[in-house]
Amino acid sequence: MTITKLVLIELWKRKSQLITGLLAITLGIAVIVAIQSVAVVSEQNVAKNLDNLGANILVLPQAASIDDYYTSDIDAPTLPIDYVERILESTIAGVDNMSPKLTRRVSVNGKSVVLTGILPKSEIASKPLWQSSGLLGKQLTTSCAPSQTANQSHGMEDEKLKRKAIDTLYSEDCMAGSQVAKKLSLTANKKINILGKEFMVVKVLPETGTVDDDRIFANLKDVQALLKIENQVSAIEIMGCCNAISEGLLGQLRNILPDTRVTSINQIVSTQIETNQLMRKVTLVMLIIIFFVGGISIGNYIWANVNERKREIGILRMMGAERMTIYKMFLLKALLLGIAGGILGFLLGTLAGVILGPYLAGIVVKPLYIYLVWSILLSITIALAGSLIPTYLAAKFDPHSNLQED
Amino acid sequence: MFPLVENGDFVTVTGPSGSGKSTLLLSIFGLIRLTSGTIFFNGNRIDNMSDRHLTEIRKKSVGYILQSFALVPYLTTIQNVMIPLALEKVSKKEQQNRAEEILEYVGLSDRKDHLPRELSAGQQQRVAIARSIVHRPQIIMADEPTGNLDPALSGEILEFLRKINRENKITIMMVTHSPMAAGFGTRRLHLSEGKIINH
Repeated sequence: MTITKLVLIELWKRKSQLITGLLAITLGIAVIVAIQSVAVVSEQNVAKNLDNLGANILVLPQAASIDDYYTSDIDAPTLPIDYVERILESTIAGVDNMSPKLTRRVSVNGKSVVLTGILPKSEIASKPLWQSSGLLGKQLTTSCAPSQTANQSHGMEDEKLKRKAIDTLYSEDCMAGSQVAKKLSLTANKKINILGKEFMVVKVLPETGTVDDDRIFANLKDVQALLKIENQVSAIEIMGCCNAISEGLLGQLRNILPDTRVTSINQIVSTQIETNQLMRKVTLVMLIIIFFVGGISIGNYIWANVNERKREIGILRMMGAERMTIYKMFLLKALLLGIAGGILGFLLGTLAGVILGPYLAGIVVKPLYIYLVWSILLSITIALAGSLIPTYLAAKFDPHSNLQED
Repeated sequence: MFPLVENGDFVTVTGPSGSGKSTLLLSIFGLIRLTSGTIFFNGNRIDNMSDRHLTEIRKKSVGYILQSFALVPYLTTIQNVMIPLALEKVSKKEQQNRAEEILEYVGLSDRKDHLPRELSAGQQQRVAIARSIVHRPQIIMADEPTGNLDPALSGEILEFLRKINRENKITIMMVTHSPMAAGFGTRRLHLSEGKIINH
């Protein structure tokens, strides 16, 4: 016989009370786990979808206008390309791709077109410093975890997506938007003279319905040389992880680039921020409610148990049980309830999330096993906190008066 | 000041209801704290000891038998008997051996896995006696141990207590309102209005 065995026997012999005591805490934990299971997958889905939209942060010179996110780089003042290195050298997390650009309106064959010089990913990768900063596809996967297909679309497979980094664009090659191709009668492998330099059209891009249809994309170094704007760019497009944006990526970028304007697609960021904040608020409110309701419920159960066992406490104290033994008896019981409540709550909550997720949020919810640990810890904390006062009072009972009760 | 109980005594305390017999019994080892007076045990003053020290003395040196048996209802006979040993943190094997030995001594070996509600009143009191001696205490404090038993069973229990007192040299202090039970004592105290009026 040990105190632990005594607690286990008592729990087993009073199973109906045990079920009542477990119910509140199990349901409470289940609600939290169900909400969190849906919320986490939902947040991941939103973040993934938004990340798949492409570049969402624009670094512009201080004097640039940002009335329209998609045209703000055209004819904008310039900033040094060294800023790309400054971002890479920093420890900022959440920058998945960068694309420095120089854009100017130019006249080709007497027609006004937008010439955009871009630094393709292959050239970013060629710089050892940039390479080690992990701006390639592998890093992208671990940072925001978009799908492999989305990652591939950063090349040319999914050209309709805007603001994607372009993998390769050699010197004297260019790509033409659909409108500009029509305007200038351009087709693939046809040559075009831009500001006195011959370029080969390697591809005509499909229609996107944006200003990009009017753009000709060429290698950044060629465009800088043609426009005589060496080592300068008009914008740095950044594909920032949406979670990182909502957690203050813009502010961090502003800190290291103080003389620039760092802007984002407000709608995207605010959607992400609002979603995250709403989920966090709901979880926090539920957590507070469950902490109090669960704690009070367990406290009430332990207090009823203490009252029912007053005489037993008196007997044990009479036989030489120390107050610590009484604390141990009831807190051990609360601990076991906490563990059982945590495990059952996790199972119930996960089951609810998996079953209800597709109906309520249209998403497939998978069990998040790390929540098992959190559920047990939370449940134990609630059970112990709720049991402290009843346990303290039980140990304080006068053994003599309890022995008189019969 | 006089020695209330000496080693090896079988002291009986009698007196009318409300005279303070049970209060005297329970106050000696701190189950009721004294408001005045002093108590010595084995030469040491114990009435002013902390609850922790008194608990330690009760655990090691005292066994209690109450009128209502005071068994833990959800534990079997043998588990009830093991409680004092568990509180002393005796090994499980030793607990088992000593509890079985004591249950054989009180004639309840065949009832060791029964719950208290499955035992007769006499058997329950014998379990309480077994529990009170299993940890080899120096003194047994018995509060009306035959109060809930019929005369035949009372005699049996009292004989048993006398046997424990003589064979095991365990001192017994027993409160009773029964003159017959009081006759088993080697020393008799009589209480009236909280005072010992003859001894």
